[in-house]
Amino acid sequence: MSGLSIDKLSMRFDLPDGGAVQALQDVSIDLKAGELLSVLGPSGCGKTTLLNIVAGFLAPTSGVMTLNGHQITGPDAERGMVFQQGALFEWMSVRENVGFGPSMKGMPKNNKKEIVNHLLDVVGLQDFKEKAVYELSGGMQQRVALARCLANDPDVILMDEPLGALDALTREKMQSLVLKLWKETGKTIILITHSVEEALLLGERLIVMAPRPGRIHKEYRLPFAELGVNADLREVKKHPEFGPRREEILNMIWDMEEEIMGTKEDAA
Amino acid sequence: MIPLLMYVAIFVVAFFLVTKVVSGVAAKDYTSLKTVTFGDESAVRPNRAAGIISILTIFLMWGVFTGSKLLPEFLHAPGPFLGTTEFTYTAQAEGQAPDDATVTVLVFPRETPADAPGVDPGDGFAKNDSVAIAQWRTGLVNVSRNDEISKADGARVIAINGKKIAPGETVKTANGSVTLSDKGTPNFAPSKGWQMEPLYLPAPEEVWTRTLQIASEGFRNFTLWEHLGYSLFRVVVGFLLGALVGIPLGYAMGLSNWFRGWFDPIVEFMRPVPPLALIPLVIIWAGIGEAGKIILLFLAALWIMAIAARSGVSGVKISKVHAAYSLGASKWQIMRYVIIPNSLPEIFTGARVAMGVCWGTVVAAELVAAEQGAGMMIMTASKFQNTDIVIMGIILIGVIGFGIDMLMRAAEKFLVPWKGKG
Repeated sequence: MSGLSIDKLSMRFDLPDGGAVQALQDVSIDLKAGELLSVLGPSGCGKTTLLNIVAGFLAPTSGVMTLNGHQITGPDAERGMVFQQGALFEWMSVRENVGFGPSMKGMPKNNKKEIVNHLLDVVGLQDFKEKAVYELSGGMQQRVALARCLANDPDVILMDEPLGALDALTREKMQSLVLKLWKETGKTIILITHSVEEALLLGERLIVMAPRPGRIHKEYRLPFAELGVNADLREVKKHPEFGPRREEILNMIWDMEEEIMGTKEDAA
Repeated sequence: MIPLLMYVAIFVVAFFLVTKVVSGVAAKDYTSLKTVTFGDESAVRPNRAAGIISILTIFLMWGVFTGSKLLPEFLHAPGPFLGTTEFTYTAQAEGQAPDDATVTVLVFPRETPADAPGVDPGDGFAKNDSVAIAQWRTGLVNVSRNDEISKADGARVIAINGKKIAPGETVKTANGSVTLSDKGTPNFAPSKGWQMEPLYLPAPEEVWTRTLQIASEGFRNFTLWEHLGYSLFRVVVGFLLGALVGIPLGYAMGLSNWFRGWFDPIVEFMRPVPPLALIPLVIIWAGIGEAGKIILLFLAALWIMAIAARSGVSGVKISKVHAAYSLGASKWQIMRYVIIPNSLPEIFTGARVAMGVCWGTVVAAELVAAEQGAGMMIMTASKFQNTDIVIMGIILIGVIGFGIDMLMRAAEKFLVPWKGKG
């Protein structure tokens, strides 16, 4: 029973005006250990809610999640999270941020130092380890966030639009880094994104979600992530299957958006 | 009115002199190259020359209008009249032709009292008079005292310097003015010039001398340093106690529904109550000793610190807390490593406000009742019309308040360098 299993997850928020929002309905995902899943969907489809439930920050109204055979009931070090931005601790240096998880566990100093140094090498921030995090650029900060998450050696890494706030060039470099880390560490990764290209590049598996209620619309199994591990991502984009897939998913999302606009106009 | 005009004139003249004539030497940094400065607050930097001139102007005006010895004589505003002057009065009595007589007035400096000069009585039923008046004072001139026909016999003063005058009216004379009292006695007021009387505003050097004197001799059984030290001691102890209780209270309010519900009404009610309004109650309860002062300052700091800590907790980005939880932190570790450091900038801001409020409150409390302290010093001095001590006290209180704020800022910069960087 290794891996993450999400079974018929539903989430319903009550609104103060008496109404309710069905954020998620019967979402089921089975993820084997070491799989890389990207989740894509128009805004309001509940993808961040899904991630928060898996992380344990929210309790679902119904449904069961298990990780390696035990049920998920709250946040835990076994599920690391990388946020879009602003989740680093600005009162700590880069080194202290990366070493936060091991410190919380009370790991001996030497072991911690070794892990932190190794990860700083991996993300290429060895020269910046004594800097304050607010002195780093956005891309560097996200590399710190990745390293901080990995330092804790979680079974699953949850990424909530981790590259959404970065510029296009930095973003591409970070995408390569994510693929490299995925292959090297063998972690199970769930990545939320609103970029179709990123979802294709970083999704061994790809789930497209539909809104109202939030549900799984379509699932793909893609070759691009595996290709991207050892190749330039720009080369991967030239793959004959890449363009058509992108068009297909873009159209799918456009249709959903139009549907939302349509229902809104009907309501008006 | 004249001092204000003078101040505005200096402001305007200095502005043109500094900006139009001298400004060519300004450094060409990035901000100086901005073409849009009106509306761009970040491009507004205090003009250092203006700051220096501003302070100098205050001392200059202070010196000019108090006749300060630090300034050359020609810069002084016209001072009060000193020396001898005279005016004539015309007395009338029934059955007599009106008769003129001269009054000689000697205005003497207050520190060297003088007698009225001797004068020749002259002829007619009204005799010449003389009187000595201290500088800044006025003097009733009982002109009919030596006259052949006195007021009791029906003599009346009907004119001064040949100008008709009735009781209540005033006639200008050389170096002063004469007002006829309701009972018909002339009252001579030497001209005061434009300077301030030392009773209202002593010259800067007098304040300085008095400061040195108080610093070496003390004031009311306590040295100057004891007075200031007592005030500071009360502020520091009151503030520390307030912070000691207020910060945990604020954290509890930021972390627990029950605490929030329980203390919100109390804190929200006490916050707008000015600490000064508590002084009477605190005096009733705890008297005018140290305990009362410290309780008052404790209350002044308590709500500010509680609110600062509460908003420090609510200012924690939830993603940071989530991140810490999914990195395996316990509740205690979240408190220690996330919530407390994240709320420190807010707490420091609160501490700065609280220290300022406490300083103001302690002075006010000492004004009302105290054995020692900066506020007591100026209040007691004002009762004895020692304006120089009052001004010295105000300046020292300002300097200390400013110093406290500077220290807090420096501590903030040193201890929470991440402020505003999250």
